[in-house]
Amino acid sequence: MLWETIRLAVQAIFRNMLRSFLTVLGIVIGVGAVIAMVTVGQGSQTQVTADVESLGSNTLIIRPGVGGMGGGGGLSADRSFVRADAEALREELSSIEIAAPYSMTNITAVYGNENHFTQLAGAETTLMDAMNWSIAEGRIFTDAEEKAGRAVCVIGETIIEELFFNINPIGEKLRLRSLSCEVVGILAAKGVTSYGDDQDDIVAIPLKTFQRRVAGNNDVSLIYVTVRDGVSTDRAIRDIEILMRERRRISAGEEDDFSVMDMKQIASVLSGITAVLTGLLSSVAAVSLLVGGIGIMNIMLVSVTERTREIGIRLAVGAQTGQVMLQFLVEAIVLSLLGGLLGIVLGLGLGALASNLMSIPFVPDPRVILIAFAFSAGVGVIFGYFPARRAAQMDPIEALRHQ
Amino acid sequence: MAGTAPLIELRGITKVYGAGEAEVRALRGVDLTITAGEFVAIMGPSGSGKSTVMNVLGCLDTPTSGTFLFEGVDVGKLDHDQRALLRRNYLGFVFQGYNLLPRTTALENVELPLIYKGLPRGERQRMALEALDKVGLSHRADHDPSQLSGGQQQRVAIARALAGGPDVILADEPTGNLDTERSREIMDLLSGLNKTENITIVMVTHEEDMAEYARRLVSFVDGHIEQDTKTPGKG
Ligand SMILES: Nc1ncnc2c1ncn2[C@@H]1O[C@H](COP(=O)(O)OP(=O)(O)OP(=O)(O)O)[C@@H](O)[C@H]1O
Ligand SMILES: [Mg+2]
Repeated sequence: MLWETIRLAVQAIFRNMLRSFLTVLGIVIGVGAVIAMVTVGQGSQTQVTADVESLGSNTLIIRPGVGGMGGGGGLSADRSFVRADAEALREELSSIEIAAPYSMTNITAVYGNENHFTQLAGAETTLMDAMNWSIAEGRIFTDAEEKAGRAVCVIGETIIEELFFNINPIGEKLRLRSLSCEVVGILAAKGVTSYGDDQDDIVAIPLKTFQRRVAGNNDVSLIYVTVRDGVSTDRAIRDIEILMRERRRISAGEEDDFSVMDMKQIASVLSGITAVLTGLLSSVAAVSLLVGGIGIMNIMLVSVTERTREIGIRLAVGAQTGQVMLQFLVEAIVLSLLGGLLGIVLGLGLGALASNLMSIPFVPDPRVILIAFAFSAGVGVIFGYFPARRAAQMDPIEALRHQ
Repeated sequence: MAGTAPLIELRGITKVYGAGEAEVRALRGVDLTITAGEFVAIMGPSGSGKSTVMNVLGCLDTPTSGTFLFEGVDVGKLDHDQRALLRRNYLGFVFQGYNLLPRTTALENVELPLIYKGLPRGERQRMALEALDKVGLSHRADHDPSQLSGGQQQRVAIARALAGGPDVILADEPTGNLDTERSREIMDLLSGLNKTENITIVMVTHEEDMAEYARRLVSFVDGHIEQDTKTPGKG
């Protein structure tokens, strides 16, 4: 009997193609939009968190110049650091685990006929830990190679894609201006950050090599510092400031000519921004859910006239109230399920596509899927069912006369 | 039960629409007894209450007061669903406006009462086809109402009324929208059903020609029965 009712409901759905289509469309749009937007929102939040974790949340960056995120770091006017600064931090401060000096510049890397504009980093092996880098293939240059200023380098995935294609780069010579260096290792891919930096578009050479063969001076652009476990970041920052002021001979009362940035702070600011974004996306999603719901409601209510006559006919030939209601309920449920499932497929599809384009992880949330589905289906069922119920309780002639 | 009580008995039936200034007294005390196998025509001026009394007879509408006994059962004491059962098992309707489901084939329209009887699909289709055959439309079984002429639609409606094997067919101006030729076909069909299947027929009509098919003529004026006469019948 139920099977028969479902069969008849499906028949009725196909018989009223346009109405069914519009109802399903309302549900599809509502459910699809919510799922897509929330998926994208949560994906970017996950990405930001992952970025921060990949940096190490106990990482500090010391830059020349005065404070703030964009505070003129690296400008020639600012006094650079030297390798000895990093060594001093390492040796004199117990609150610090690693202090990795780091220099960088933009450069054109050439291999054969191919060239690619990329970032060149001069680093000690210490940077591997400070930046959570790891080697995918080959090796990192040794401390000895670093100290001796050998012409060796490790490269990121993007460099392989841009210059080497199918050739195994290890052992090949990469030309950086006048420097020709041998590729000894490939960095494990880190992907693109949530703010669009390609972390794999990089060539790293020993710091000594960088200073001697590329920059032509002993400057260090930045020092990456990791705070020892169990030590508060604030204390580490205070220690660094005192030591650096002393080393740079800044007298009391004078401002710092360098700044210490806490990645955790930057991370929390970024997370805050993406959280706001997710909230915004969610409210847009909620509105589309509502609009979808109103659409469904409209169609259901508009079709009441025709349906009331239909119910009148059914009652006249002997249908009981319960039979009519069961039929309409099943019809509404089948439509809502259909629309809901299509909406989930569409939403996840769009979410996956957008995540892919934005290079963020695809993070579907089952709770949101459930809520969106339940809301739209609920609207469909309620507005399909209750007008039908009212009509099914009328005297048949009343339903038949309905205009 | 059918042997002792008349098929239909109306006693002092009134129907009032609206209230106060807008009050319309559509039926003002109708007494009418119909026995099984009769063919009754109801005539009268427009607004005299013919349709209203038909709707009461068909349990489509509830009277304001009075008693309606169907095969001795007091219909006024039945609830909504029990009246549905009565319609399902004993009554068939033919409306002036056909009242077929749109976008639904002739066969499925005729099947409709059988669905609610809980018959299996195969049986339903067999019976519906049989009913369509009786009205000469089995070759149009797969057509929508929109693909059928008025006369054909009315014959589908008759097949639908017939399919459930009713004791009574109630027809409110079944030929109201049809030309004379088509009207005669419908009347021949109804009087044939009356004779061969002994189905009681109560029919409202405006046309003398059509009323002649009946063997009893009930005239309504202003909400009550003015005249009730036996007629020779036809065919
Ligand atoms: N739903 C309604 N609400 C209010 N008044 C109604 C309603 N239905 C019928 N009436 C009134 O009741 C009276 C009887 O109507 P009814 O439809 O029974 O007439 P009728 O004899 O069938 O007329 P016709 O030959 O035009 O079909 C009329 O005065 C009509 O206006
Ligand atoms: Mg009428």
